[in-house]
Amino acid sequence: MKTDLLNEASQAPWYKKLRRDWIMLALIIPIAVTVSLIFPDRGERVADISWSFFLEMVYILPAVLILMGLFAVWVSKDVVVRYLGAGSGVKGLVLSMVMGALPTGPLYVAFPMGAMLIKKGARIANVMAFLSAWACIKIPQELMELQFLGWRFAVTRLLLTAFAIGVMCLFAEFIYKRLPQKETLD
Amino acid sequence: MSPTAIVINSLVGLALAFSLLKSRKKTFMGLKIAWKAAGKMLPAVLLVIVAIGLFLGFVSPSYISRILGSSSGLLGVAVAAVLGSVLFIPAILAFPMGASLMQSGASIMSVAAFITTLTMVGFIFIPVEIKELGTRFTLIRNGLSFVVAIIIAILMGMIL
Repeated sequence: MKTDLLNEASQAPWYKKLRRDWIMLALIIPIAVTVSLIFPDRGERVADISWSFFLEMVYILPAVLILMGLFAVWVSKDVVVRYLGAGSGVKGLVLSMVMGALPTGPLYVAFPMGAMLIKKGARIANVMAFLSAWACIKIPQELMELQFLGWRFAVTRLLLTAFAIGVMCLFAEFIYKRLPQKETLD
Repeated sequence: MSPTAIVINSLVGLALAFSLLKSRKKTFMGLKIAWKAAGKMLPAVLLVIVAIGLFLGFVSPSYISRILGSSSGLLGVAVAAVLGSVLFIPAILAFPMGASLMQSGASIMSVAAFITTLTMVGFIFIPVEIKELGTRFTLIRNGLSFVVAIIIAILMGMIL
């Protein structure tokens, strides 16, 4: 069942990842301390750099997480799926991107939503646009980009990406319809 | 705090106030989700902070700029794009990593390629994506996303 798959996909990797992250952290800290003791001047730089990145994270991360939490309660998956069916042509593409940029969660959470949309008869290009926007122009994500890479970088990349996704999705649909279908959905 | 951080925090503060006005219950649910997400992300955040410190403290900028700097041209972009496709890092942490690469001499092009493939192309997600959306869809999406990431990177390099 789709729902089982969704649960499996959204839960199993978290546990695995969580453990992996702690193990790696437990490995990297002794390494950092040891090399800092061996090369004191380099060690001081490592500490300075880590501290400045830590501060930047502290300034921004709580806001980003709160925004993600608010999106999670106000923009539910049902709302997203409902609006995705609406609109056609350029309007449909733009709407799909906006719907993809709002909710949060890793990309694999969006796959079952995409599959459901295709089954409901949504355009391939729209589903592609939804997934692409979900992947790379999420609003909370963009806040991190603004903070760490600056306005010029973030805004330029955002505009280029939105435009490129639009073109890419139409092209993807064109190929999709002409490729032999090796595997059907479900 | 940088002006950017102040603007972002104020905007999120406003959103939070608005949400509280509309529904306290939903707002607290959202905050709970945020708190849980923070707990899940904590080790990865600390890991990335220490890794960036070690990386910038020990790897010489001349080495990074030779591989990913502007003189490396398209090859540097290709290396960054492949790295971004294969690595699995939460998107939120991709930006500090991109910033650290840029500080150590990587070009705008390489960093843009790295970030765009890191978010759009997911090698480790391919099996899940195939299961849900089919082989045809998955291969087209990941393949085209890779190409688009490189095009975006080159345009970024030309504009900025």
